[in-house]
Amino acid sequence: MSAHKGLNLTLKVWRQQSQKEKGQMETYQVSDISPDSSFLEMMDILNEQLIEEGKEPVAFDHDCREGICGMCSMYINGEAHGPGRGITTCQLHMREFNNGDTIYIEPWRAKAFPVIKDLMVDRSAFDRIMAAGGFVSVNTSGNTQDANAIPIEKHKADQAFDAATCIGCGACVASCKNASAMLFVSAKVSQFALLPQGQVEAKERVQNMVKVMDEEGFGNCSNTGACEVECPKGISLDNIARMNREYLSASIKGE
Amino acid sequence: MTKLDSKIPEGPIADKWTNYKNHIKLVNPANKRSIDVIVVGTGLAGGSASATLAELGYNVKAFCYQDSPRRAHSIAAQGGINAAKNYQGDGDSTYRLFYDTVKGGDYRSREANVYRLAEVSANIIDQCVAQGVPFARDYGGLLDNRSFGGVQVSRTFYAKGQTGQQLLLGCYSAMSRQIGKGKIKMYNRHEMLDIVIVNGKARGIIARNLVTGEIERHSAHAVVIASGGYGNVFFLSTNAMGSNVSAGWKVHKKGAFFANPCYTQIHPTCIPVHGDQQSKLTLMSESLRNDGRIWVPKKKEDAEAIRAGKLKPTQIAEEDRDYYLERRYPSFGNLVPRDVASRAAKERCDAGFGVGTNESGEAVYLDFSSAIMRYGREQVNIQNIHNASEDKVRELGEKVVENKYGNLFQMYEKITADNPYKTPMKIYPAVHYTMGGVWVDYNLMTTIPGCYAIGEANFSDHGANRLGASALMQGLADGYFVLPYTIGDYLADDIRTGKIPTDSPEFDEAEKAVQDRIDFFMNNKGTKSVDHFHKRLGKVMWNKVGMARNEKGLKEAIDEIKQIREEFWKDVKVPGSAEGINQELEKAGRVADFLELGELFARDALLREESCGGHYREEHSTEDGEAMRDDANFTYVSAWEYKGEPSDAVVHKEPLVYENIELKTRSYK
Repeated sequence: MSAHKGLNLTLKVWRQQSQKEKGQMETYQVSDISPDSSFLEMMDILNEQLIEEGKEPVAFDHDCREGICGMCSMYINGEAHGPGRGITTCQLHMREFNNGDTIYIEPWRAKAFPVIKDLMVDRSAFDRIMAAGGFVSVNTSGNTQDANAIPIEKHKADQAFDAATCIGCGACVASCKNASAMLFVSAKVSQFALLPQGQVEAKERVQNMVKVMDEEGFGNCSNTGACEVECPKGISLDNIARMNREYLSASIKGE
Repeated sequence: MTKLDSKIPEGPIADKWTNYKNHIKLVNPANKRSIDVIVVGTGLAGGSASATLAELGYNVKAFCYQDSPRRAHSIAAQGGINAAKNYQGDGDSTYRLFYDTVKGGDYRSREANVYRLAEVSANIIDQCVAQGVPFARDYGGLLDNRSFGGVQVSRTFYAKGQTGQQLLLGCYSAMSRQIGKGKIKMYNRHEMLDIVIVNGKARGIIARNLVTGEIERHSAHAVVIASGGYGNVFFLSTNAMGSNVSAGWKVHKKGAFFANPCYTQIHPTCIPVHGDQQSKLTLMSESLRNDGRIWVPKKKEDAEAIRAGKLKPTQIAEEDRDYYLERRYPSFGNLVPRDVASRAAKERCDAGFGVGTNESGEAVYLDFSSAIMRYGREQVNIQNIHNASEDKVRELGEKVVENKYGNLFQMYEKITADNPYKTPMKIYPAVHYTMGGVWVDYNLMTTIPGCYAIGEANFSDHGANRLGASALMQGLADGYFVLPYTIGDYLADDIRTGKIPTDSPEFDEAEKAVQDRIDFFMNNKGTKSVDHFHKRLGKVMWNKVGMARNEKGLKEAIDEIKQIREEFWKDVKVPGSAEGINQELEKAGRVADFLELGELFARDALLREESCGGHYREEHSTEDGEAMRDDANFTYVSAWEYKGEPSDAVVHKEPLVYENIELKTRSYK
């Protein structure tokens, strides 16, 4: 593995001091990057280099570095989380690039996700959508019924699970030409709609979540499907269809 | 000297918790509305505590350094959560879960706490299902279970390899509901930098807004630390990059004792280190040991040929493979507890049988070929296929394995570029979890009145080694079912206190100390980055305070850590400004605390002249390399009191009394 030669790369990175200030692309060179390194490890090396040169390192969000926390969020060469399917930025490895490549690195771009510094954006709009209805209203009591009291069809449980694997990274919004959050919202709506526990409040949930989604400034869905392609967890467009059905039925039934 | 009072309730172990709950003070709903609670951290423990306390009516202020509570590192837990449901009818019970956990912890945990944990475990599963957590189910629609290390029943509930994610999203949903109601005020991208003590009680924190750089004062009637473990003291670990000890360390410096810092879990199945540029390690779930078999070549020359890239593992004949866990521990085989499995891997690699093609050569195989064929043959029978070819069997078997562990296999392939369906995974132990932490009594209160510690941040339930799938159980037990009761007993005295003012001299002083430290970093004009020091600390910890420890190495480590700490304060370089986002400044504060903890950690390991669980002293082992406890002298919790420098810390001993379980040599043979 370590027999590979290190990579020399040109990086074009978005730098922006704060939400209020204007940003611009800056060019940096890095050399001798191991192909076994992850993309974020390459960014660490760039930052060490910048610190060495007395410059400010590039601010970027990252935490678990194993593809599950949803914190990392880079737009690399025009794709959310870069080339490769079914991965987050932290799971992207340098073996996907060639010696001499120029790599463009930008933050998520969406009105509802303002840049707060360099490659970091504010995704708290997602939290506000969740607070509007992304839950089952059950208090902690220790007196809920036995977990096996309601059998759930495996097929449905699996579908609910698939929808629930969304990591809330926002790649769907960043990839959408309309900056729509439909894939994110529909994943949560679907998870609960598919489970008996979620059905009691299904009507209010979908209406409230969609309302806040619209208020936060996310765009409309025009069924292009870029979100599904770029989603690191492969969340299916079927969820959007399911949410539309849920929404329609909630609207027709009314109070 | 402060006396350690564990406050274990009277009575037989099975009745303690019920009796306790029947006799504690309660706070009526109207009074709860005038009481504030701060919770630091939003993982399984902090998230579940915040949600439940808010449901009860308290005003909760929750803090996390991430951009959303959903990102806490509990999210990365893979394998599962234990609960004594006995759905499989395989003889499980509260007592058996209690017994397994105490034994798994090598008889170094507190009986009463562990029993309570086992007792509430079943409620957790009920609660999570009611919240809409999509656990794995069988075709009958009922919940499925799998087995984890160190036990002989199937009591682990799971959601593929993403159990932690699903449980945390359950907490996050419950929190979101309370955030929407205004009962939880959420402070994202905030880091607690000190605790404020007024008249001997925890009454607030100083936090930095990581976006604006502002230093803020927050008051409350109680402070709950739920900030996770300190595995990142090793630099490389399976923890998230931001995981840190600072919240726990700050309360330690203000009077909370720090217990058993040397108890660290080195997880046997992680992806090996690839080189110097590595920033973190990735776990491959213990659940894989249900089906994966661990081996190295029997012959040294084969191992050498593999390391040199001249031989492939699939070319090694069955009889030339050493399934060393099955050989050494026939009754538990590949499912021995983590500490045992890790040491056995190190033993084989140290003896020259490692198969790593990376710089260190350290790796063993985790092989799924037998499981794939076994499942394949089962499928052939189920599907009534006659004369199935070997390839067909393998194809069907791979499908089954993919259904069970698909995301883990994919993760492995992304990182290593090897296909684990076709060639065995390479794995090696890595730092994963810390059993030690802030000392707490039965109420989960630290030695500072009104300051609680829950989840991985405390020390209480796992002794010297944690069993797989028990971290999720403890986090949720503490947050959903234990703390909400115990904290009420304390807060009942605060119903007339009123809001805690933040303009007191105590807040002034704490804020000034925080500000001074930030100013120091910004003005230090050193020459080396924070990571430079963190990596050096990590190397010392791994080499001398890691999987095997001895007196000489520990003494050297203590001196070396002190040296690195001194250099750090002289020469650390933090670029940029303290106004606005400055990730280097955040790291500097965390590494400064790790540099103190690291020394205490080594001192604790030096003090404990025995081997128990994850703490292995080479001087105290049997001839065949098994750990040797010294129950006569070390059946206690070491709880360290801060006195200035780590070298001045004073140890207090909480004796561990076993009334329900007989102390035995832990054997998995």
